[in-house]
Amino acid sequence: MYTTEFDYHRAGSVQEALALLAANPDAKLLAGGHSLIPAMKLRLASPPALIDVSKVAGLRGIRLEGVEVVIGAMTTHRDVEFSDVLRAACPLLSQVAPLIGDPMVRNRGTVGGALAHADPAADYPASMLALGASMTIASTSGERTVPADEFFTGMFETAVAPGELLTEIRVPAATLGEGQAYEKFAHPASRYAIAGVAAVVRTQGGSVSSARVAMTGAGYHAMRLTKVEEALVGQTPTPEVVEAAVRGAVSPDELLGDHFASAEYRAHLVEVQARKAILRALGSAG
Amino acid sequence: MSDKYFGKPVKRVEDPRFITGTGHYTEDMTLPGMAHAAMLRSPYASARIVSIDATRALAQPGVLAVLTGKDLLDAKIGSIPTGWLLPDLKTPPHYAIAPEVARHVGDVIAAVIAEDRATAEDAVALLDVELEPMDAVALGSDALAPAAPQVHPEAPGNVAFEWEIGDAAAVEENFARAYRTVKLTLRNHRLVPNAIEPRASMAQYQKASDEFTLWTTSQNPHIHRLLLAAFVLGIPEHKLRVISPDVGGGFGSKIFQYPEEVIVLHAARKLNRPVKWSARRSESFVSDAQGRDHETVAELAVDEHHKVLGLRVKTVANLGAYLTTFAPAVPTYLYGTLLNGTYRFPAVHAHVTGVFTNTVGVDAYRGAGRPEATYVVERMMSRMAHELGIDPAEFRRLNFIQPDEFPYQTPVALVYDSGNYEPALDQALERVGYAELRREQEEARARGRYIGIGFSSYLEACGLAPSKLVGQLGAQAGQWESAVVRVMPTGKVEVLTGSHSHGQGHETAFAQIIADDLQIPMEDVSIIHGDTGRMPYGWGTYGSRSAAVGGSAMKMATAKILDKARRIAAHLLEAAPEDVVHEDGKFFVRGVPANSKSFFDVALMAHLAHNIPDDMEPGLEAQHFYDPKNFVYPFGTHVAVVEVDADTGRVKLLKYVAVDDCGPMINPLIAEGQVHGGIAQGVGQALLENTVYDEQGQLVTGSFMEYAVPRADDLVQFDIGHTVTPSPHNPLGVKGIGEAGTIASTAATANAVIDALAPFGIAHLDMPYTPERVWRAIQAARAQTQQAADD
Repeated sequence: MYTTEFDYHRAGSVQEALALLAANPDAKLLAGGHSLIPAMKLRLASPPALIDVSKVAGLRGIRLEGVEVVIGAMTTHRDVEFSDVLRAACPLLSQVAPLIGDPMVRNRGTVGGALAHADPAADYPASMLALGASMTIASTSGERTVPADEFFTGMFETAVAPGELLTEIRVPAATLGEGQAYEKFAHPASRYAIAGVAAVVRTQGGSVSSARVAMTGAGYHAMRLTKVEEALVGQTPTPEVVEAAVRGAVSPDELLGDHFASAEYRAHLVEVQARKAILRALGSAG
Repeated sequence: MSDKYFGKPVKRVEDPRFITGTGHYTEDMTLPGMAHAAMLRSPYASARIVSIDATRALAQPGVLAVLTGKDLLDAKIGSIPTGWLLPDLKTPPHYAIAPEVARHVGDVIAAVIAEDRATAEDAVALLDVELEPMDAVALGSDALAPAAPQVHPEAPGNVAFEWEIGDAAAVEENFARAYRTVKLTLRNHRLVPNAIEPRASMAQYQKASDEFTLWTTSQNPHIHRLLLAAFVLGIPEHKLRVISPDVGGGFGSKIFQYPEEVIVLHAARKLNRPVKWSARRSESFVSDAQGRDHETVAELAVDEHHKVLGLRVKTVANLGAYLTTFAPAVPTYLYGTLLNGTYRFPAVHAHVTGVFTNTVGVDAYRGAGRPEATYVVERMMSRMAHELGIDPAEFRRLNFIQPDEFPYQTPVALVYDSGNYEPALDQALERVGYAELRREQEEARARGRYIGIGFSSYLEACGLAPSKLVGQLGAQAGQWESAVVRVMPTGKVEVLTGSHSHGQGHETAFAQIIADDLQIPMEDVSIIHGDTGRMPYGWGTYGSRSAAVGGSAMKMATAKILDKARRIAAHLLEAAPEDVVHEDGKFFVRGVPANSKSFFDVALMAHLAHNIPDDMEPGLEAQHFYDPKNFVYPFGTHVAVVEVDADTGRVKLLKYVAVDDCGPMINPLIAEGQVHGGIAQGVGQALLENTVYDEQGQLVTGSFMEYAVPRADDLVQFDIGHTVTPSPHNPLGVKGIGEAGTIASTAATANAVIDALAPFGIAHLDMPYTPERVWRAIQAARAQTQQAADD
């Protein structure tokens, strides 16, 4: 299938990208292109223009800045997968990246592209929620920071407004006593998550001092499993406690369902994946 | 012959071009002045075509023509025929472009021809078409309901045929004295073939000579030519040349004659320009003939010694909207005749209802009828073993036909010529470590892990087929094969075969046979196929027939070459032909190797004809048409080991052992490759692949985002073994191996899953074993156990 006709612009800087966006308000931003281009080929998307931001200077790379890891929006999944900085400071993302697509997708696809696209079954969103990441969004009027909890607003919808560009993702570096894990149950065809759960759990003196647990794939967008988190904090995290905490993690009424996996089944999978992720996070706590 | 090549794992000579992207496929071709076709396909499973207004499309620059069903009828283009007739078969018309009613999602409603593909595809979107959607039916048994929407007025009640085989009264009698019977309702779900190369066709018309050339993705170019020329276009066959170049996989789906071929041929003549079409993957999902789709009720009876008394089968076969080329044969003669398996079944009876529905046509797909039969037989054998509380391997052993019973007349028409089933079973048990595995299974269950072991002691009839026999059964085709062995003056050899390679490695395996017989280097032999302009008439490649039938034709033609070569050599050596031997590539008088003639000497003299016997024709070329005396009957035992995760329902393949008997292997590397691919497809059906139509006949799984084909990480390293029982009736002793993996592995995997679920009290579950289906079965079984405990 062919796309409809479109104009192509390549931005060299954030300012240039924002100026092009202002001049082409109906344009789509092109990063790795691994979601947008297939959608255009199927004519599910027919933007009049593309603004390629994949080569924007300074948007690709991973660095430690104090107690935060800063990931440029145009950093590829492959860069994430093989980053020594992340392996030490944010092992969760090192686990997540190799589960995305295949090597070709990971070589092209970007963190920022995936987050801004906000596919309900994408892997990163649950991790960003569990990590308590924040997103830096640029516009002609300056920069603003949006916490992950406010970033994913709906199916393919985020806090990024028209005319804005997601530039970087800030992730708190793991602290002592913190464990991180992601457990993905993938659709056998698309390999997207039917239910993926990310857990970041901290223990202190034998009990859980904080827990951030989030799911992706099962619902309309990634979301925190706050009931599970609340049930864990302050508890001695035995398998029985975890089992009890994940029970009823999410209601089927909040979830998607299709011929392959009903909402009821997805709700069950969220419990199973949450249990696995929490237990593994606890096991890996440093 | 020598055995320098036969039986050796020679690397495939075709692979360098395939893996370096230099293969030559239909889509790669371009001709001066070529135009492109794009299809408007029905978005509805059933719709009346009220009107088609092409004004806006035709106004686009570059759009050359818009074709409708009416245009084809006006041009006297005929209906696409089916190639196999059954008694009282309903054969409603199948027009390349639906003139009045579209009968499945994907049915062609109009075609646009334009200067380039993008323009053609854009113009399709500009066709103003008024469609009146009608009620549709997708499931075979639903189509038989009294109030079901009618797919064709020519087929009341949507019944295409009723067919039976075997002795119903004998089965009845044996069931009456049974010690135990089991009954299962089995759904063998539908599959999308998904060859890696989508279908493509390019047509050229020569106005001066009124001749057509069609390049197309065909497994059998002569069948395409016969159907297209004689039935659809109504032209003499010699006015149509069909060329099938490199083809990237078929699995049956490229046997059939499809609408798009008709459309490009007609358009090429109408516009007097070459016209090409190639399928988008999304078109393949809704237009390549699909596979399987049976709903079956099966019953098996045993006596008190656990010997099978009889099998009774009633099947509804969903044929889709139209009868494609071999559609009527697949759920009948390729299915019912295989319901005896490897066993002594004293009585078998099968009744099949072929049903029209508003879905893509169903026809041969790797195994074609035999996987469906094997699934019924092997599933029932395992079910009965479970019912009797005995080991499924030993239950099979107890019922095997014994080696001294061949030839064996089954109650369902076939005569098995040879077989020796126990050694394959024994080897499979040893390879899988059966006794130890059962212990591990017990221990794992105690720890809440659910491992299952499944068997399939399959048999297939392939090497299609004795022409007289298939003629009696309704085939509108012969099933012999042809070969021409053409020796050049330099001793190089060109072999023309009616077989067609689309992944099978014929260029390698056939060259191994010929090179050995002629005692020349393999590099001196070229295998040529896929062009009706070059080949003698041949029937193509499907039904694992090429080695047994095509290979035998070559072997016989080569024998004629050798006979003549020996006579020329004898003449040159001034000896009697019977005194001349052919050793190490040389002809010499027995005992006098010093004075010899090479194959080159003989080939050159045959062409120079300066010194050949007076009564001999010059040249060195031979043709043979080989009609097999019987099918060949490969068999074996496959064992699948799976683990079911009770938490999620996900099934994981842990181990897979295949022991196959395809007779002597021409090339073990190619044979094992066939087994690997076959197992992947069969396991894929059991665990992953599922063609889902909703109630409106929409294909829900119409892309690789939804339709799960197996990938490397879904599978394991297969453990492959062989036994060798040669076919007694063909000159190579070979059987077939192209479909064995698929035929055996679906049933083995299904039996393994059910074995894994046995602790939950689950006696049967339909494929595919997708996670939710398995999880729900476990939940239901647990609830039932709880209920029973509460009561």
